[in-house]
Amino acid sequence: MTALLRSKSVRDAGLQAGFTGGLFIMIVVFVLTAQTNLEAQGLTSGFGFLERATGWEINFSLIDYSTSSPYWRAILVGVLNSMFVGAIGLTVATVLGVTAGVMRTSGNGMAELLGTAFVEIFRNVPLLLQLFFWYALLIGLPKPKQAPFVWDSIALTGRGIFVPGLNVSGGSVFLAFLFLLAAFGLSLWLGAARRFSRMGKARKKTLRRSLWLGAIILGILSIWLGRLPDTPLVNMPYLKGLNYRDGIRISPELLACIIAISIYGAAYIAEIIRAGFNAIPGGQSEAGHALGLTRWQIFSRIRLPLAIRVVLPTMINQYVWLFKATTIGIAIGFADFFMVVSTSINQSGQTLELIGILMGGYLLINYSMAWVLNRVNDAIKLKGTQLRI
Amino acid sequence: MAKTYHRPTLLDHIRTRYFATRLDTAMSVLFGAITLWILWSLLNWAVLDAVFSAADKEHCGHDAGACWSVIDARWRLILFGLYPFEEQWRSAIACAAIVLVTALSCVPWFWNAIRLPVLWLTGFAIFYVLMAGGYFGLKEIPPQSWGGLSLTIFVFAAVAIIGMPLSIVFALLRRSELPWIARTMGLVIDTIRSLPLLSIMFTFAIVLPFVLPGWLIGDKLYRVIVGYALFFACYQAEIIRGGMQALPAGQEEAAKALGMSYWHRISYIVLPQAFRNALPPTINQFVITFKETSLVVIIGFFDVMASGNAAFGTAEWSFAHIEVYSFVALIFFVFVFALSRYGAYLERRLAVASR
Repeated sequence: MTALLRSKSVRDAGLQAGFTGGLFIMIVVFVLTAQTNLEAQGLTSGFGFLERATGWEINFSLIDYSTSSPYWRAILVGVLNSMFVGAIGLTVATVLGVTAGVMRTSGNGMAELLGTAFVEIFRNVPLLLQLFFWYALLIGLPKPKQAPFVWDSIALTGRGIFVPGLNVSGGSVFLAFLFLLAAFGLSLWLGAARRFSRMGKARKKTLRRSLWLGAIILGILSIWLGRLPDTPLVNMPYLKGLNYRDGIRISPELLACIIAISIYGAAYIAEIIRAGFNAIPGGQSEAGHALGLTRWQIFSRIRLPLAIRVVLPTMINQYVWLFKATTIGIAIGFADFFMVVSTSINQSGQTLELIGILMGGYLLINYSMAWVLNRVNDAIKLKGTQLRI
Repeated sequence: MAKTYHRPTLLDHIRTRYFATRLDTAMSVLFGAITLWILWSLLNWAVLDAVFSAADKEHCGHDAGACWSVIDARWRLILFGLYPFEEQWRSAIACAAIVLVTALSCVPWFWNAIRLPVLWLTGFAIFYVLMAGGYFGLKEIPPQSWGGLSLTIFVFAAVAIIGMPLSIVFALLRRSELPWIARTMGLVIDTIRSLPLLSIMFTFAIVLPFVLPGWLIGDKLYRVIVGYALFFACYQAEIIRGGMQALPAGQEEAAKALGMSYWHRISYIVLPQAFRNALPPTINQFVITFKETSLVVIIGFFDVMASGNAAFGTAEWSFAHIEVYSFVALIFFVFVFALSRYGAYLERRLAVASR
């Protein structure tokens, strides 16, 4: 017996079995307790409730939704809302962040000061507080009657921002967006895949250009075909009674979420970009200078591409992290994935199933986002065994 | 005539930093104007046109300046929440104790496997005894009526104290030579890391009572803290693992060759060096943890953010949200900025040391 205990392989096997078995038993105990507890409350487990009508409103939805829609549709609305805020927020955050990051490494004292102030202020205050702040600011805008109406087309009211919209169906806009996305993906594939490695550079360039052109034409075409009949193409908001009609209403909740995510994310991205620029050896831009390139050429042809290559792995983590941060929308009542699920839990009582859906959904979204961005990273990173940079 | 080296004067410095080229000059003028405009409007709003004392509240809103009267009138609510008024000195001392402990743990003398835990546990014990009372003739006050800054600090300190040892265990398990342990731990860590913190807190607050046997449920506040600590530990474990991976393999091999046992190798060779490597990201993680403590307000706790909301929640002060948010933001900024500056300083120092 003691000989058996002394043998390392037996001990190792025992340890591993103990560890995984312990975790497994813990999960089984959880599930069994949950079942007895739920039965005591008279709740049936299972995913049948997804087909039931919800009976509650959702204040912002990209697809058709009413109180008689089933639970799965409500959850879909939430997922789409989260992805909508995430997509806009991450894009704006990237643009702002790159601007601030470039300002901080520009060598101009004034630009560095402004960039540093921006980063330090917005990075050192919690995201939730910023969200509350922007929301209070947007809610505090004047009532529709007294609200400013910029260029007779944009109304800034406490009930939301009204902007001109297009009289087209939502599906066609989505289709146009898909075309552009496809063009982006295909042009990346063109650059990265081994299949096209023999193709000449000039040919690749024309192919890529025609791809983008085709996507844009197809997009415009789909929007044109998706026009609602018997209406003008552009749809201006106008004041009628106590509120604005027509146009597109951007609710304060949505806008506050987007502003908060963009600015907070931008402050973090600016730091990453700065680190990326600082990681490029000074010899690179000095060499460019010696070759007689202008400052802009050195920036756009040498420093920026190298910096993008350096920062992309960090940026992927940052994007995943920022997307997770969109869950704070619940604090001001924006119906994102998390809020829809928590409302569903309150209303239906199907706690375990809904938490499972929530976790599964976030795992799926985050893993697929990381997967896509990692493919982009593979496409642009240096091939072979050369040193990075 | 030979040219001598021209020592750059302040004027030269300004010229190269701000007016090197025409583009630079344009940028300096543009950004300078923006900066001045922002500073001037801020100064006007926050100081020149502002009303400071609660007594002349009726002057608020006339000059469109800030109305700091709300802070003057409500600062105790923001800082201490619903803690009984005459006992609030305890809350203040308790917060000061944790701040002192945080400041002391920045002193290298405490960076040691015995001194640091002792320091933090002592600080936390002082905090808890002062806040909860029940001993030394202090009135007993349950965690349900804690609030404001002290609740934020309590959650942060508790998460740090539970999460830190847990993260070391997680990192060691993930790096284990036994494949099943390493893989399972990797799966757990990666799963938790890809979930939003809010969903973890929510699960621990709402769902856990369903799946736990009755005697294990405990107070909602403690469940949320455990959930947050778990989340923290998963992130911190990856940071420590990064620090371990940066060690040259020879270090551990040499220790093995000397016949050191696993625990000796880990505690005398691997962990001290791994922590040194991982120090800057660890401080960054603490900074993020402190900021995200504010999320407990969504689960329904009365932390400094919620008490800020309550401060302008009455009709009397309902217009003053910007002032209150600025005040709360300033509180967070002071803590977080100090900690992150310290992290940056440490990073520079370590970079010099390893050169």
